Amino acid sequence: MKRVLLILSAVLCMAAASDPSERLPDPAQEATAREIFREVRCLVCQNESIDDSDADLARDLRRVVREQVAAGRDEAQVKAFLTERYGEYVLLRPAFSVGNAALWLAPFLAAIGGFAFLLVRARRREDPAALSAEEEERLAKLLDDGEA
Amino acid sequence: MTAELGAFALVLAFALSLAQAALGLMGAHRPALAGAGVGAALGAFGGVALAFGALVIAFVTSDFSVANVAANSHTAKPLLYRVAGAWGSHEGSMLLWCLALTGYGAAVAALGKGLPFTLRSRVVGVQGALGVLFLAYTVFASNPLARLVNAPVEGRSLNPLLQDPALAFHPPFLYAGYVGFSVVFSFAVAGLIGGRVDAAWARWVRPWTLAAWSMLTVGITLGAFWAYYELGWGGWWFWDPVENASFMPWLIGAALLHSAVVTEKRGALSGWTLFLALAAFTFSMMGAFLVRSGVLTSVHAFAVDPTRGVLLLSILGVASGAAFLLFAWRAPSLQRGGLFGLVSRESLIVLNNIILTAATATVLLGTLFPLIREAIDGDSVSVGPPYFNLTFVPLMAVAMLLLPFGPLTAWKRGDARAASERLKLAAATAVVFGVAAYAVASPRSVMAAAGLALGFWLIFGALAEVAERTRAFRGPMAETLRRLTGLPRGAWGMTLAHLGLGVFTLGAVFETTWKVEAAEALSIGGRIDIGAYSLSLDSVRTAEGPNFLAERGTVTVTRNDRVVCTAEPERRFYPAGRQTTSEVALCNRGLDQIYIVLGERRVGASGGPAWLVRGYFNPWVQLIFLGPLLMAIGGLVSLSDRRLRLAAGRKAA
Repeated sequence: MKRVLLILSAVLCMAAASDPSERLPDPAQEATAREIFREVRCLVCQNESIDDSDADLARDLRRVVREQVAAGRDEAQVKAFLTERYGEYVLLRPAFSVGNAALWLAPFLAAIGGFAFLLVRARRREDPAALSAEEEERLAKLLDDGEA
Repeated sequence: MTAELGAFALVLAFALSLAQAALGLMGAHRPALAGAGVGAALGAFGGVALAFGALVIAFVTSDFSVANVAANSHTAKPLLYRVAGAWGSHEGSMLLWCLALTGYGAAVAALGKGLPFTLRSRVVGVQGALGVLFLAYTVFASNPLARLVNAPVEGRSLNPLLQDPALAFHPPFLYAGYVGFSVVFSFAVAGLIGGRVDAAWARWVRPWTLAAWSMLTVGITLGAFWAYYELGWGGWWFWDPVENASFMPWLIGAALLHSAVVTEKRGALSGWTLFLALAAFTFSMMGAFLVRSGVLTSVHAFAVDPTRGVLLLSILGVASGAAFLLFAWRAPSLQRGGLFGLVSRESLIVLNNIILTAATATVLLGTLFPLIREAIDGDSVSVGPPYFNLTFVPLMAVAMLLLPFGPLTAWKRGDARAASERLKLAAATAVVFGVAAYAVASPRSVMAAAGLALGFWLIFGALAEVAERTRAFRGPMAETLRRLTGLPRGAWGMTLAHLGLGVFTLGAVFETTWKVEAAEALSIGGRIDIGAYSLSLDSVRTAEGPNFLAERGTVTVTRNDRVVCTAEPERRFYPAGRQTTSEVALCNRGLDQIYIVLGERRVGASGGPAWLVRGYFNPWVQLIFLGPLLMAIGGLVSLSDRRLRLAAGRKAA
C-alpha cells in the first residue's frame, strides 16, 4: 500500500519547451533546438524528452542546447557534447554502435528471416495437387470432348 | 461488514477456481465431473463479482477503514471517479483483472454448449488454472479489501489527472481485451492436450479473439485520447514502456485474427495459430508485470512494487512456461494441412504475420533493450520514440503496401496480375493524392506525402475490394445492390478494420507533420495567432469545482475576424493531493481541432497579470481516434457474423 505511487506525477506541467521566455530570437535556430529537444532525455524524469518536461534539469538542458545552437553548432555536435557530459543514456535515439547492433538490426533481420523462410518453404513444398502441363492438356481435352 | 463479505467471497472464488481447474481437466471424459467444473466456473465468477461489488461499495460510501479506499479516494470526489477509483490502484486493478478472467471462464462455461464436450471441459479447466494463479496473487499478496486498524478521517484521493471520463472507462476496456486473450490461451492449451487443432477449433477461437482484440483497441484508443487532451501538450502516443506493454498483445492479436482465418478456411498454419494464441495472453501477462514491477521507467509509473513484480513474473513463467512446453511437445504431431502456392491469400496472410510478429519483436526489444544492455555491459542507454519511428514504422509501411492485395487474391493459388489490375485505380488515386499533398501542404515533406498516399491506398484498396465483390460499375445497379446487402458481416468487418487503419494513418501523418504550435504570455485582451486562427484571452476568473479550485479562462477563437468558437481552458488546483492540472479546451473544426491550454499566471509586460496561453492547431487529429474506432467496430461487426456463432460451429463439427 505505502508504495502506491501516483500515476504520472512527473508530468503535471507539460510542453515546457514552448515557453516564450526561453525561446531563441532566431526562429530557424529555435526550430533546430526544438528538434534536438525531442531526442534528448530528461535524465531525472520517468521517461520524457526535455521538450516535454518541466523539471529544472530539463530546463537547464534546454538552455545548454539553445546556447550551443545559438553558437552555431549542429545537431551531431550538440548530441556529442551531451553524450560526453551525461553518457549515452541522455539520447532517446540510441547511437548506431556495436553495443546497439542487435537493437537496430534485429527488426529487419526478423522480417527478412521470415520472408526467406516463407520462400524456402514454398519452394520445398510445391503444391502436389497442382496439375502438370501434361495433365492440364489431358484435362482440357476431356473438357472439350465433354462439350462436343 | 461488506468488505469482510467481499474478502470472504474472494477466498471462496479462489477455492472454486481450484475446483474448476481440477474438475474441468479431469472431467474431459467424465460428464458428471465436467458439469461440476462448469458450476465451479460460474461460482468463481460470482465470488469475484461479489468481492468487486464490495470494493465499489466501499469506494462509493468512502469507507476509509479499507486501506485501498483510504489511499485512493476522497469524500469530495464526484461519484463517477469514486466508482472508477475501485480500479485506479494496483490492488483494485488486479481485482478487475480477476473479474474479467473468471467472467470469461463463466462465459465459456455458459455459452460453450455447442463445443465438443471434452474441449469445453478442458477450456474451462485451463481457464480455472489461470484463475487459481491470479486469484492466489490477489488474495495473498494484493488484497484490495484489507482493513486499516486506525481508519483516517479523510482519504488521500485519486490523482486528479486520472479523474477523467475517458480514463474511468479505459481500464475496463483494456482489461476486457488483455484478459480476453486468456480464453484463446485456454483453447490453445485444451487443443494441445487433445491433439486436435483443426478448422473447427479455429472457428471457435475466432470470436473470442475478435472480442478481445476489439476491446483492447477501444481501451488503447481511450488511453491515447486521454493522454491527448489531459496531459496538455497534445501528444497521443509516446512509445512509453507501459504503452508498449498494451500494444504488444494488440499486435499479436491482430496477427492471430488473420492466421486463425487461414486455419479455419484452409486448415493450414494450425501450429502457428496455436503459437500466436499462446503468445497473445503471454504478452498480456507480461504487460501486467512490466506495468507493476517498476523494472522499466515509465511516465505511467503504476503501483511500483518489486516483490509483487517477482510474483507476477512467476505467474507469467508458470502459465506460459507450461503452455509453451506443451506446445513444443505436442505441436510437431499435429496434422499438417492445406498446401498453398507462393502467390495466394495464405501467403499474403503469412507475410502479414511475419511483419506483425517482427514489429512486435521490435517493440519488445526496444522496451527491454535498456535492461539487456545494462545486464551485458552495465551501460545505460535509452530507447525512445526516434528508435520506433525508424524501425517499427517502416515495417508497418511494408505491411500496409501489401495489405490491399490480400483480400483480392484467391486462396491456395492466386493471380498476382489480376489482383494488381483490380487495384490499379486505387493505386493511381492514392499516388495522385500523395503528390497533391506534397505540392500543396507546407512545410513540404516527402515522408508525409508518402504516408498520406499509403493511407489513401488502404482506404481505396478496401473500397476496391467491396467494388470487386459486388461487381460495382461492371453490371446492373440492382445486381450490385443485391450483392452489397448479401455480403457476409465478416467481410464488412474486414473492410471496416482495413478502412480504419487507413483513416488512422492519414490522421497520424497529417497531425504529426503539420500541427502548428504557438505560446505566449497573454494579458487580458492579448492575442496569439496559430496558422489561420487567432486566439484572444478575454477574461480569467476563478471557479470552484466539486473537489478543485480553478482559474477559468475565456478564449475567443477567430478566423478572418469571424468568431469560430469560444473556449474555456482551466488550470485546476486539487487541494486533496496538492496538485495542479490543466484542463484543455478543444474546439472542433471538421476533422481538425484547436487545442488551447491555460498555463501559469506570471507578471506581464505592463506589470499586470498575464497567463501563459498555448494553442495548437491539430489538423485531421480526429482521424487518429476515429480510425481505431472503425477497427473496433469492424471487429464487432465481424463477431456478429452468423457463421461465427457457437451454434453454427456445432453443425460444422
